[in-house]
Amino acid sequence: MTSTASVGDLVSQPYRYGFVTDIETEKIAKGLDEDVVRLISAKKHEPAFLLNFRLRAYAQWLQMEEPDWAALGHGPIDYQEMIYYAAPKQQSKKASLDEVDPKLLETFDKLGIPLSEQKRLSNVAVDAVFDSVSIATTYREKLAEHGVIFCSISEAVKDYPDLIERYLGTVVPSNDNFFAALNSAVFSDGSFVFIPKGVCCPMELSTYFRINSGDTGQFERTLIVAEEAASVSYLEGCTAPMFDTNQLHAAVVELVALDDANIKYSTVQNWYAGDEKGVGGIYNFVTKRGQCRGARSHISWTQVETGSAITWKYPSCVLQGVDSSGEFYSVALTNNLQQADTGTKMIHVAPGTRSTIISKGISAGRSSNSYRGLVQIGPKAVGARNYSQCDSMLIGDTAAANTFPYLRSQQPDASIEHEASTCRISEDQLFYLQSRGIGLEESVSMMVSGFCRDVFNQLPMEFAAEADKLLALKLEGSVG
Amino acid sequence: MPTILESLDLDCSLFHSYSLLFPVIRPDATILLEIRNLHAKVGDQPILKGVDLTLRAGEIHAVMGRNGSGKSTLSKLLAGHPAYTVTAGTVHYKGEDLLTLAPEERARAGVFLGFQYPVEIPGVSNLEFLRVATNSRRVAQGVEELDTFAFEDLVRERLKVVQMDPAFLERSVNEGFSGGEKKRNEILQMALLEPLVAILDETDSGLDIDALRIVSAGVNQLATPDNCILLITHYQRLLDEITPDFVHVMAAGRILRTGGKELALELERRGYDWIDEGLESSDQVDSIAPALEVV
Repeated sequence: MTSTASVGDLVSQPYRYGFVTDIETEKIAKGLDEDVVRLISAKKHEPAFLLNFRLRAYAQWLQMEEPDWAALGHGPIDYQEMIYYAAPKQQSKKASLDEVDPKLLETFDKLGIPLSEQKRLSNVAVDAVFDSVSIATTYREKLAEHGVIFCSISEAVKDYPDLIERYLGTVVPSNDNFFAALNSAVFSDGSFVFIPKGVCCPMELSTYFRINSGDTGQFERTLIVAEEAASVSYLEGCTAPMFDTNQLHAAVVELVALDDANIKYSTVQNWYAGDEKGVGGIYNFVTKRGQCRGARSHISWTQVETGSAITWKYPSCVLQGVDSSGEFYSVALTNNLQQADTGTKMIHVAPGTRSTIISKGISAGRSSNSYRGLVQIGPKAVGARNYSQCDSMLIGDTAAANTFPYLRSQQPDASIEHEASTCRISEDQLFYLQSRGIGLEESVSMMVSGFCRDVFNQLPMEFAAEADKLLALKLEGSVG
Repeated sequence: MPTILESLDLDCSLFHSYSLLFPVIRPDATILLEIRNLHAKVGDQPILKGVDLTLRAGEIHAVMGRNGSGKSTLSKLLAGHPAYTVTAGTVHYKGEDLLTLAPEERARAGVFLGFQYPVEIPGVSNLEFLRVATNSRRVAQGVEELDTFAFEDLVRERLKVVQMDPAFLERSVNEGFSGGEKKRNEILQMALLEPLVAILDETDSGLDIDALRIVSAGVNQLATPDNCILLITHYQRLLDEITPDFVHVMAAGRILRTGGKELALELERRGYDWIDEGLESSDQVDSIAPALEVV
């Protein structure tokens, strides 16, 4: 009767970041063995403690098996068919941006992350990681004036080896899980942030990860340490070209918060998700964990997960400090044949610890979206409190949503609240908005962003609007 | 005494197919909505079986009828609800084919449906929703979009039309609103969108007498010589508050009778059965006569 698009034809927006940068890349031979681990370490001129850390992790990884408990299905991953180190050819890291290959700067420009002095974002410092290496970090000098260290982890290994040795692997031990062990053995680059005692980081810090090579895995490692009464807000963004093969991304992120420290970690993940038939896309197996070591410390995770063929990710907080608190705010959107199994772990160790979990899952197409979360209250966590809210929204009638909450308490004087809801965008709601002059896609995105508002409010302001737009873009064509 | 029409001995079916004898107050007024021989179905079920209706600027029409007579179908279909399929007939809005337009295009052009059961939309702020809707209509009208401040001023002024508490702007669209509050919110939307054709589907249902008066007073304020209003209702009590120029009675998917406001009173007195009887005895012409006197 009318020309109205149906709710089923709306998801065909092409992926905007799917281009490949044609740049000469230095790659090592594919496959993984002890020599490869040694080679990566040697390429980065690492000190002995780090090589040993890698070798130990590799030995542990060999003994481990890929986890299969998640509500995910994928073909076998051949770890010998992958390349573990790829870097754009340029002599080491450049002292000045002027010396960086213009092609790389252009790539980040195209991604909306200008790095050059004239164009860079005025209040956000960016570390740009291309395949296995960091190519530039902006505002380093300005941050250094405040005593803040923000650089690639490879540089940190050279310049601040004692800090790395003191903290690396202390939050996520190398044998934590299969993918963490793999990362510990072969990680190539990532960001390092150190905020000294009493310093409130004067600007947003951000790392932008770009996978460019089609046959390379990306294994980045991020470590953020906030000393006593320090605070920082950090954001990571990710994109990758479109390939019809799957690339593995297995990252590890460790956060350490000492007494009264505050770390806010936000992610906008938009890895290539594969096409509408489920061909290609990133396999995203990530271990993220924060330790509230000090009293009254605070760690907050906010994630907007829209990309990847598979997402396996549980940013967690270990609440060891008395009266420390952890938060997890998540929006996970899956479309077409994407699969996400994501959530958090809140481990209450000390008395008076608090945690908040707000998870919003949106499933469209034939995708599957699961929330999996653990709230564990240990015997000493007197007066611990948790509040969890897990909401799912279904778009169309072929998508799936699951919620797997695990609640364990060994402390009678603790309170755990869990709320869950599922809703569907109904034809009637869409018609109502349309009958007020609001187009179908805008109607869907209004409802989705309304659904996600609690989480978007947590994002740094510069990125909240971006996340909203990203979601709208991802949903185009999902309604019908 | 036989009426003019009876004396003409016309086949009654002509009334339903042709507009030549359709009563008119201001024959020179612009025709805003013209429905001709409209047939429609939902699924395989035919619901509308030849509806004819002409709405001119400045007119208020009431469509009455039993549940299932096709009233609500007609209103939703005019707004573009995807569940209904037009199988025959035409609908023109200001001379343009309305049926090829998507629901949002109809709204932007100035066709408004006040819902019988306005849906709740959790998470979407009422204020934001009203602003986006108002601006989409303004863009279509070629006037400037309103920023958040200018819109607040406008909405606060329009709230008075329905005596609504500004606190409702801060809530999610219709979420947790009482029946009366939802209907006031509908009329508020009408006040903001300034439609040329406003179809109000059982706006009186679920309203207590005070709310009915407030909502009706709002509609009366919004009725202008430039727009027209189509009231869908079961009850005379709404028509006591909003005086229609024409009353149409629907049964079995057609408009069987058209008259002035007296027809509604007659329905109130006699119920709908005599309309159905009329279907067989074909004496529908009777009640059209009073309306014709208006000509």
